[in-house]
Amino acid sequence: MKALLASFASGLVFALGLGLSGMTRPIKVIGFLDFFGAWDASLAFVMLGAITVYFVAYRWCRVLPSPLLATDFALPERRDLDAKLILGSTLFGVGWGLGGFCPGPALTSLASGAFPVFVFVAAMGFGMYLHSWVSGLGATATNWAIVSSGSAQDA
Amino acid sequence: MHNLTPFTSLFGGILIGLSASAMLLLDGKIAGISGILAGVLKPVKGDTLWRICFLAGLFCGGLALRIVLPSAYDFGIVRPLPILIMAGLLVGFGTRLGSGCTSGHGVCGVSRLSPRSLVATGTFIATGALAVYLFNLVMESSR
Repeated sequence: MKALLASFASGLVFALGLGLSGMTRPIKVIGFLDFFGAWDASLAFVMLGAITVYFVAYRWCRVLPSPLLATDFALPERRDLDAKLILGSTLFGVGWGLGGFCPGPALTSLASGAFPVFVFVAAMGFGMYLHSWVSGLGATATNWAIVSSGSAQDA
Repeated sequence: MHNLTPFTSLFGGILIGLSASAMLLLDGKIAGISGILAGVLKPVKGDTLWRICFLAGLFCGGLALRIVLPSAYDFGIVRPLPILIMAGLLVGFGTRLGSGCTSGHGVCGVSRLSPRSLVATGTFIATGALAVYLFNLVMESSR
């Protein structure tokens, strides 16, 4: 229960941070990405603030046996670079630059009631579904490849 | 550089960092919004409720902004709906394929010096800048 309350409170503070920092305003985001135009460096300060705090928190978590309200840390452990990571980040960046919204600010801005934000979030959700559908197809194809290569080895 | 807001942006960033740190130290979770959302859209038993709580908090924070900081919703630029649909599809698909977005890779991963997140963040900032450059170029030439 306490852990869920902590999730809720974190989400709340996260939204306030996004709002204060300017991340909910596409003009600030697109201004930051406009390196060749009237560049607005503000978002670099957002990253500086967030990364500095989290850097310290991460050092701290390394010496904790477990999180304070849960049994285990659920942290990503992969360190390999693969094509999916690069291609996915490439596509995400293009979408971010086109619309000026990334997932957090878009979800937060739903609360503004502005129709274009709903359209963006619906498309974003559909894009996520599309990915799980495509990766489902990919998994089937991989299984087939394993089956066929397996039978080739048998032969 | 007349639009620069270094102090509010820095303080906002600190709040984002504190929130993500609380998720890490209290719940042991990475505050990656695209991953949190995807886990709700495709639920796994026993790993969904905390995500819903986080997203509910995000939305309530969004509501609070309407009162304490209405200027947060001065979007300034609102792209036409077809562009926003294209952008949303790319953001949704791309963040799943690339396993993260600005929060999971850009804040949490970069702070952990994760090689995957450092590369992902460099990539999406670069392609985001390219998209803005090309979009402006097309807009100017069609004027």
